[in-house]
This record gives sequence, structure tokens and C-alpha cells, in this order.
Amino acid sequence: MDLRAIYNQVITENSRSKEHRHPVEGCTCSLEGVNPSCGDDITLQLRVKDGVIEDAGFLGAGCAISQASASLMIDLLKGRTVEEAKRLIDTFFKMIKGEISPEELEELEDAAALQGIAHTPARVKCAVLAWHTMEEALDK
Amino acid sequence: MRELRDDFPILRDRSLHYLDTAATSQHPECVLDAVRNYYETANANPHRGVYELAQRATDASDEARAAAARFLGCDDRELVFTRNATESINLVAYTWGRVNVAAGDEIAVYVAEHHSNMVPWQRLALEKGAAVRYMYPDEHGRLTEAELRRVINEKTRLVALAQVSNVLGLLAPVEKAIELAHQVGAVVMLDCAQSAPHMPLNLHELGCDFAALSGHKLYAPMGIGLLYGRFELLDAMPPFLSGGDMISSVHEYGAAWADVPRKFEAGTVDVGGQVGLRAAIEYMEKLGWEAITKHEAHLMELCLEGMAAIPGITVYGDADPRERYGVISFNVEDVHPHDVASILDADGVCIRAGHHCAQPLMDRLGIGRCCRASFGVYNTEEDVRSFLGSLKNVRSFMGYGS
Ligand SMILES: Cc1ncc(COP(=O)(O)O)c(C=O)c1O
Ligand SMILES: [Zn+2]
Repeated sequence: MDLRAIYNQVITENSRSKEHRHPVEGCTCSLEGVNPSCGDDITLQLRVKDGVIEDAGFLGAGCAISQASASLMIDLLKGRTVEEAKRLIDTFFKMIKGEISPEELEELEDAAALQGIAHTPARVKCAVLAWHTMEEALDK
Repeated sequence: MRELRDDFPILRDRSLHYLDTAATSQHPECVLDAVRNYYETANANPHRGVYELAQRATDASDEARAAAARFLGCDDRELVFTRNATESINLVAYTWGRVNVAAGDEIAVYVAEHHSNMVPWQRLALEKGAAVRYMYPDEHGRLTEAELRRVINEKTRLVALAQVSNVLGLLAPVEKAIELAHQVGAVVMLDCAQSAPHMPLNLHELGCDFAALSGHKLYAPMGIGLLYGRFELLDAMPPFLSGGDMISSVHEYGAAWADVPRKFEAGTVDVGGQVGLRAAIEYMEKLGWEAITKHEAHLMELCLEGMAAIPGITVYGDADPRERYGVISFNVEDVHPHDVASILDADGVCIRAGHHCAQPLMDRLGIGRCCRASFGVYNTEEDVRSFLGSLKNVRSFMGYGS
């Protein structure tokens, strides 16, 4: 197993990043997501106004992959319309399933660093936790 | 002791360093052969046929029970075959518990218990209006006599205690617990899942009332376990599951039960698993306790020593190797246990990460999760060195200064 395909620099750095680790002022939606296999537990907070994700942040704790994934996701989706965000979330799931085109991969920006997880079934749940939580939050 | 790896087919792959025996052990070839041989030469429904082949199946089952009784220091009729320790404990909760625990009674449970020796008592207490009262470890992770005395009292009906904790690896003061429980007329449910693989047991000498263990942690196949119960207790208890095999006679308006222990073994049982358990017991007996305990103590000492020399490692429970059996639970500063396990996995080192089915203990330790390395007879110094070598690199791999 090539460990650096999973724990690459983008992931280890983002797992430690504090940039998006904060509560959101005037948040319109707060949702907890739990991955019982690792005990990853994040609370995603959003401020959505006029169909745009104005601000997003997360709280909680978990493994490096879940934390990096949450941070990378917010990097990608903050400031986007809800519609665009939903499309990118689908694109992310496609990547995890190994069904993504090179063009689509580019759209995911740094979140593409999580591509290697697709080959480690035991940790896929960690990578998708934030994204599933976001998807659910946007549907509320 | 001679190196045993080659006795275990799965471990002939030298790149594998299996340090998760506390979750489940690997199996020696003699166990796999015994199971196969049973199905090839003796398989029939035991106790249900008059033909010679059925007798062979019945004998295989009876001989397995006798081997287990010898191994555990009790009578054949005091051992019930179950699927695993969890089922054994549930059996007691559902039968003995239903008729012996009432509103206002107390059940004393060590907070370090595996969920399987905790949740059945929580449910029983809820159903009966009884109370679960917890005993806590001291700052060294030990259960003290004072703590036993604080909780066990005249209202206590049952004391639930693991002889060795699957997280802390420390031996509990079971003799004291049994003495104090008996003084107030309570019974003791001893969880031997983690002790039986690592130390000789003599249940009669110990004097406990019930004991549970799982074959799969003891080099036997998954799906076979044992419940020990003192004969008088088993004899007085109502059945658990009912149906075929557990009756002596059935009429339209009622039934009479088979004798102990078959009263508790409803339906066709796993004779293949029983035969495998017997082979595993005989394998351990052939190795001998002196050799097993010496070898495992040596690995424990080597491993704890090596871990103490690595910065950023916290070991839970007293790190004295002399009273520690089979397991070392730990955390690496700043790194989540699942990441530690993934990083070690890349070097072929298999350790467990999680809450180890002991969430209340995790809460007590204030950690939520941890890593656990555990040993079996087949582990080698090389396994320990590989583990330590891999562990040393975890923090820097994740981008932390060591
Ligand atoms: C101390 C202890 N008790 C009980 C169990 C439950 O064993 P099983 O899952 O085989 O029923 C375990 C296994 O993890 C254990 O470590
Ligand atoms: Zn995780």
C-alpha cells in the first residue's frame, strides 16, 4: 500500500488547519455528522442567503482524513451557489467511486487530493463524512 | 519456546505482523485440520441418530466438552456451549437474571467491562427496576479492594467483572471480588474472554459462579464459546432458548427440560466448532502454560520498554509488564488512532483502533478512542520490533515534530 497516496501533503496539512474550524456567525443551518467506525464527529455550520453559501465552518474531532476532508470541502464550496455546491458534491462522490473524468477532477481543486482514498475501503467513510453532511444540510 | 508462526498457516506470510489477538486469534493448522476431519469422518446430527455415524458426532461433542472442563478446572455438566462470550453472558442475564433480580436490587459492574458484560446488565436493571452501580479504576487503572467494598453491599445481587480488561490488560482482584460478593449473597459473572488465552484457570478453585469465554480468542474457530455455571445455579435456572434438543419430553400442553447443560443448548449445535475448540485447547496444553506465559511476558516487557523510549506515546493503565496480560492500549500525541492503525498497516502491522467496545471506560480515561496492540503465542520479537519501528515514525509522518 502506498501510504502517501492517502496521507499526501495536502491532506496532512489540511488535517491540522484551523482556517475553517470555527462556529459561523448568524448560521442558518447546523448539522452533525458521525462516522461510527472511526468516531469521527463533525458539526457543520452554514450561513446560506439567497441561494449562496455565504459562510461555512466546522467543529468537532476525528481522524486526519475526516478533518482534512471537511477543511478541503469548505475551501471548495464557500461562496458558491447551493446548486453549484450540490453539483461539486456529486463530482466528489464520483471521484470516490473511481468514476471521474480528468476535467471533473480539476474542478475539485485541492479536494482532488482525497482521490487515493478510493482504494482504501476502510477509510472511505472518513473522506465522505463532511460531504454527506453538507449534502444533507443543503437539502434542509 | 520454539517459534510457532509456521504452525499458523495465515502467519506463514512473513510480511504480516498480527498484533490484534485480543480481537480474535489466528488458528493453528491442527485446529483447521480437526474441523475438516470432523466433517470428513464424523459429521451427523449429534444426539439425534441411532446409527453409528451419529454416535461419532455425539462423541466428538462430548469429548470437546470434557477437554474444556479439564482446561478450565470444572465439571463437564457445568459447561454450556454457546456462540461466544457475549451469548454466554446474555444467557445468564436472561435466565438467572430474570428470576433473581428484582426492583431495588443492585448489579455491580466494573466500568472497564466490555460492552458485552455491561449492556445486558443495564437492560436487566431497566426491566426489573434494579440499579447498575459502577466500580471505577484508580489512577493506575487498577480496581482496588476499597473500590470493591465501596460498591458491593447487601443489595448487590450480581458482580460483573472481567478477569483481564480488554483495554487495560490488567488482572482484576477476582478472588477478593468473589469473597466480598459471596459475603452478601451475590453471585459473580466473570468474563474470562481475555484471561483464558493467557493464564491457566481453575474455576472451581477460584469459586466464581459464572464464567464466559470465546473460542475465537483462544485459537479456536469463530462461533464457539463457553458458559461456565456452578451446577446448582445452572440446575435451578429456567431455560434460555427453547425447542429441539433442550427438552426431555414435550406434550401438547407443556414440556420438561433436558438435564444441565443441554437444557441450555437448543437446536443443532456447532459440533465442528466444538471440535476446533478441543483441538485449540490441546494445542495450548501441549505448549504448556509455563512456556506460554514466559514467552508472552517477554514480548510484553520488550514492547513496553520500546514504547517508553518513543516520545509522544501514552500507555493506559499501569505499564508494569508483570501484571499485564496480552494487551497494550495507547495513544500517539496529536494523531488519531485510526490514522495510527492505517500507517502501521502499511508496514504489515495489524493493530486495533477504536473504543474497543468499552465506551464508558474511554469516557473515564477522557480519550474516546485509542490504539491497542495485543499478543498471542505466535508473536515474535520480530513482530514487536516491526511494531516499534513503525510506531516511531507516526508523528513525523503526519507532519508533527517528534
Ligand atoms: C473482555 C471481553 N469480553 C467479552 C468480549 C466479547 O467477545 P465476543 O465478541 O466473542 O462475544 C470480548 C471481545 O472483544 C472481550 O474482550
Ligand atoms: Zn475517520
